[in-house]
Amino acid sequence: MNIQAMTEEENITMNIIKKGRGELFTDPDPDHARAFFQKKSRKMVNKVMTLTKAIETFVHDGDYLALGGFGANRSPIAACHEIVRQGRKNMGFAGHTSTHDFQILCAGEVFDRVDVGYIVGLEARGLSPCARRYMQSGKVKVTEWTNYSLSARLRAAAMGVPFIPTRNLLGTDTFEYSASMIIECPYTGKKLALQPALYPDVAIIHVHESDVYGNVRVRGILKSDNDLAHAAKRVIVTCERLITNEEIRRNPTETTFPYFLVDAVCEVPYGAYPGTMAYEYFSDEEHLREWLKVEEDPIAFRDFLQRNIYDCKDHHEYINRNGGMEKMLQLRTIEHLLHKEGKT
Amino acid sequence: MTNSYNAMELMICVASRDLEDGATLAVGTGAPCAAAMLAQRLNSPNLSILFEAGSVNPQLPEMPISVGDSRAGYKSVMVSTLGAIMETCQRGYVDYAFLGGAQIDMYGNLNSTFIGGTHQKPKVRFPGSGGANDFGSFCWKMMVLTVQDARRFVEKCEFITTPGWLHGGNSRYEAGLPEGTGPYKVFTNMAVMDFEPESRRMRVISINPGYSLKDVQENCGFELLKASKITETQPPTDVELKILREEVDPHHYIIGR
Repeated sequence: MNIQAMTEEENITMNIIKKGRGELFTDPDPDHARAFFQKKSRKMVNKVMTLTKAIETFVHDGDYLALGGFGANRSPIAACHEIVRQGRKNMGFAGHTSTHDFQILCAGEVFDRVDVGYIVGLEARGLSPCARRYMQSGKVKVTEWTNYSLSARLRAAAMGVPFIPTRNLLGTDTFEYSASMIIECPYTGKKLALQPALYPDVAIIHVHESDVYGNVRVRGILKSDNDLAHAAKRVIVTCERLITNEEIRRNPTETTFPYFLVDAVCEVPYGAYPGTMAYEYFSDEEHLREWLKVEEDPIAFRDFLQRNIYDCKDHHEYINRNGGMEKMLQLRTIEHLLHKEGKT
Repeated sequence: MTNSYNAMELMICVASRDLEDGATLAVGTGAPCAAAMLAQRLNSPNLSILFEAGSVNPQLPEMPISVGDSRAGYKSVMVSTLGAIMETCQRGYVDYAFLGGAQIDMYGNLNSTFIGGTHQKPKVRFPGSGGANDFGSFCWKMMVLTVQDARRFVEKCEFITTPGWLHGGNSRYEAGLPEGTGPYKVFTNMAVMDFEPESRRMRVISINPGYSLKDVQENCGFELLKASKITETQPPTDVELKILREEVDPHHYIIGR
């Protein structure tokens, strides 16, 4: 296989050494993405709406979905519940450091194809029996990548180029089951793995603060969320709190990404619960353990989902069913290590 | 408590001694993080930890549950992105990576993707690479900390998620992985292993107290090479155990396993 480019004197070829056998679930063509972005509104208008409305409007069956946050940290959990509640199906999903969010989407059997960076586990907490059952069922098409590969793929899309070369994946089965290609570098002759641009149809990112237009502030680790916001065709922001545009303009250095990327702004306090939100609240480890435990019994898990997702009007109701404001205050205490200063 | 310790405590203490002052280390949660925290409190106060979620050189107040949680970022000098951390590794700034997996083979390749069945319909699905393939490709020295068990130490990984020395010899560099990188040491409850420089096969260099070479071989699914001089691993000292139990893991999340 050769990509050929003619010059006046000679026929210069770039050598593709190997191709992964995995399926590429999304279109890496930057001109297709440009055509979409050309038509997208850049008006700085009020985009505030309920999460229910945002998911109804911007998340469709069959879409390719990517989420912000890292593991159960700053993940848009309220939005995951809403997607399951609304019964979205046949979606593609970027399993990029995906933990409790993955567990929830598996419970709703929301996606049928997944790009894998990290799935199924909840880091030190163990593996999700529900996510495992779904991934072992044969119902899901899987293409393997790594966490960095998925970051690089979002970066390529955010840059508006079709791929980025990297030096991971080489020599492994992770490459064999990916949709990467290995090429010979035209400058150095070294082998490089190509990471094709990933333009998700829709991204949902939970942030600390946003104004009504979608100028966003994130505190703490960012994972790939800046690139994700730039790469996705549609972006839903859920925020802990709305702030004024005046406040955004007072200190623009703090802005993580700007309004014209964003389609919907939803004010969802504790929207990452039961995960961690840096500088706000720590994860509810007891409740996350409850999830992992109850998943072992599919019947009990069905009742658990009914109680905690399907029968809940919204995220507030879920929180109220699991300790309410008293629990939130405990999680704030743990986040700020106030227990080490004597607070009980 | 003198000279009384469990297998996990032993592995953590022994692994921590290899992390020299001034080094940079990419690490996940669990036992490797405990080893790094112990090293920082004893011989290597200037050991810099990097977590893939984005934090650089945190001062961990306690064991993180997630590499992206508030503890993992506590008093760090910078919180950045996953790409920034991985590219720091790719540029050659990071000395050590500490990894694990469901399977490890004689060349130090790791499987954390699936076991049994097919890729599309696996018997047991695991998380996949996460950041392991990236760290294992980019960091100068890859180390593994795991329990010695013949089901885990297999002749050939069913799936190579993360590259070790691949098929031995020069195969790692022939695949295009950065020159000078590769598996360095494996720490188990029974022994410390390195990799023989020509064949790149796993080799016993030190046996932990209470075990014999026979124990190590019987709990390994492939034939281990033996260093010309095999030493006895120094057991954990009272100071190591005290700091590990009281400061690094006071709730015994890791050492209580």
